[in-house]
Amino acid sequence: MLEIKNLHARIAEDGTEIIRGLNLTVKAGEIAAIMGPNGSGKSTLSYILSGRQDYEVTEGDILYNGESILELDPAERASKGIFLAFQYPLEIPGVATMQFLKVAMNEQRKARGEAELTTPDFIRRVKDAAEKLKIDQAMLRRPLNVGFSGGEKKRAEILQMALLEPKLCILDETDSGLDIDALKIVADGVNALKSPDRATIVITHYQRLLDYIVPDTVHVLYKGQIIRSGDKALALELEENGYADIIGEAA
Amino acid sequence: MNMQTTSRLTAAETALVEAFGAQIGELPGNGAVIGTRDRLLDELKKAGLPTRRIEAWHYTDLKNLLRSVPDVTLVSAIDAIAPLVEGSKVLSILQGTADPKAAVDGIDIALFKDRLADGSAVAGLTALDKDDAIGRINGSFVRDGYAITVPANTELEAPIELQALHAAGQVHTRFPVSFGAASKATIIERHRSVTEDAALVSSISDIALEDGADITWIILQTQGAADTHLGQIRVQLGTDAKLRLFVINAGGKLVRQELRIDVAGEGAELTLRGVNLLGAESHTDVTLVLGHNVPNTNSTEIIRNVVFDRANGVFQGMIRVAPDAQKTDAKMSCNTLLLTDDGGFSAKPELEIFADDVVCGHGATVADIESSHLFYLMARGVPENKARAMLVNAFVAEIVEELEEEKLVEALEGVISAWLERHA
Repeated sequence: MLEIKNLHARIAEDGTEIIRGLNLTVKAGEIAAIMGPNGSGKSTLSYILSGRQDYEVTEGDILYNGESILELDPAERASKGIFLAFQYPLEIPGVATMQFLKVAMNEQRKARGEAELTTPDFIRRVKDAAEKLKIDQAMLRRPLNVGFSGGEKKRAEILQMALLEPKLCILDETDSGLDIDALKIVADGVNALKSPDRATIVITHYQRLLDYIVPDTVHVLYKGQIIRSGDKALALELEENGYADIIGEAA
Repeated sequence: MNMQTTSRLTAAETALVEAFGAQIGELPGNGAVIGTRDRLLDELKKAGLPTRRIEAWHYTDLKNLLRSVPDVTLVSAIDAIAPLVEGSKVLSILQGTADPKAAVDGIDIALFKDRLADGSAVAGLTALDKDDAIGRINGSFVRDGYAITVPANTELEAPIELQALHAAGQVHTRFPVSFGAASKATIIERHRSVTEDAALVSSISDIALEDGADITWIILQTQGAADTHLGQIRVQLGTDAKLRLFVINAGGKLVRQELRIDVAGEGAELTLRGVNLLGAESHTDVTLVLGHNVPNTNSTEIIRNVVFDRANGVFQGMIRVAPDAQKTDAKMSCNTLLLTDDGGFSAKPELEIFADDVVCGHGATVADIESSHLFYLMARGVPENKARAMLVNAFVAEIVEELEEEKLVEALEGVISAWLERHA
């Protein structure tokens, strides 16, 4: 489903290279965890996959279902099924949450040539999905993410993911700032979306999230490259020994 | 001073003087009113239209910007339109002429032209200071309007819409409104052009809130793309009076809205909100002169501006706190979304504080759309143009939502999104 080939990318503004020859393949149905120490390029990778313009790709390619997505803007990528759950979801005052959800769902449907949702159908979908994530209706009446706690913001991201039904989900540090109960709710939400035609990339610092979202593959990102890949045992090994050994081997 | 300057009138100044001459004997008023009109026009002629050398007009050089003045046109076949908010009581002023049959249960309504004829309007006709060009123009030329008295303890269920519609020509209107003690009302002062032909509009609302009055006053200016709109609202706030004043500019070519507000009663509260939607080659100036004149009053002022095309905007906000006005709490901010390289916005907040125990602050920002916000919306599949429109809309909707009256919020949001759809 996703094939990243020798990817090099830098910050557009100052030219700092962050991703330095990254190779990664994620198959449909797979849950891939990307782990790595601070500053290794994990969040940058998530932004580059979703098309943020602050970064430029200087070499290599990103193939999604066999086609390069480098020329697509974030909205085009989203309507093709790529979804990024943000590490720090943004508060956008003045944009009503429900209106935003409706516009996003319908714009994606339009881009795929599908009919727009009727209002009752839309409301039913939101209600169902919100209930599963224990999201209060009052939260949905507020402006987008405004005044939400850290945990509420993360749940709101998963709500968006459930409603938009993406094919490639990228979870950027979704566990950060969550207590254990909120973590379980979020993980249940992610697991509920697991299906043979959907792939998930879980970016995390810690093994903890991977107890709840069990990965098929684990990749260690360091200085903009995948330096080690394995199965879930690799995450446990990292938890035990830290990154130092693996980094030492790679160096 | 070079006295010769008085004889070199610009085309617009000459047109005003000639228009006045042509209307001698026609403009309503008793001897005192006519005397005042003559004096105001004479002052206007001597001082000329204000230039950038006059501090209050520094960013709006009226002499230079007002290139021509349309002829006075009184013939009109304009019909009133549906009110902004369904169910409002409409008092229409069509091409500057009020409706003699206008009536609203429970309040007193008189025609301003009758107040001119009997001379009772004369005191209010004067200019507020030596640079009050709008006071002079309006005082010289005003023909009609409504004088409204809302009796004490009256609560108006439905909003009153002062519906000022015009075609081309000159229109000068006046609305003295007095709100009795503990009265409650929403007034929508709506200025709108029904043609694209140039008009010169001046309009002054002179409002007094007696003790404990609780009033929402909306000024909605959607003039035509060739129009000059010179507006002024003069406000007196009594003890414990509350005024929510919303000014929305979404039209006109040359616009100046002056807000002259005296917080004159203890416990009074002013909430001023402004939305300026600026496009094409327009110039729009909102100038506030706010006096906190007694102790224990508060005010907040938030102005949001969106600038497209080659438009220019100005906000001047002067807050004066009198020497004995202790415990004044005033906060002013002016935020601009500048969405073009060819337009601009000038913000000039000023505080003059003569009391020592007050909380006063101001801030101004000018920015483009936040790129992280844009990315967030796009990452959910919202195409760029739509995402931008949502964010611009959000920037001003935030202010409008504070009004809380649902129908009014919806109606104003409708005006704003319609404007943005035409310009974005």
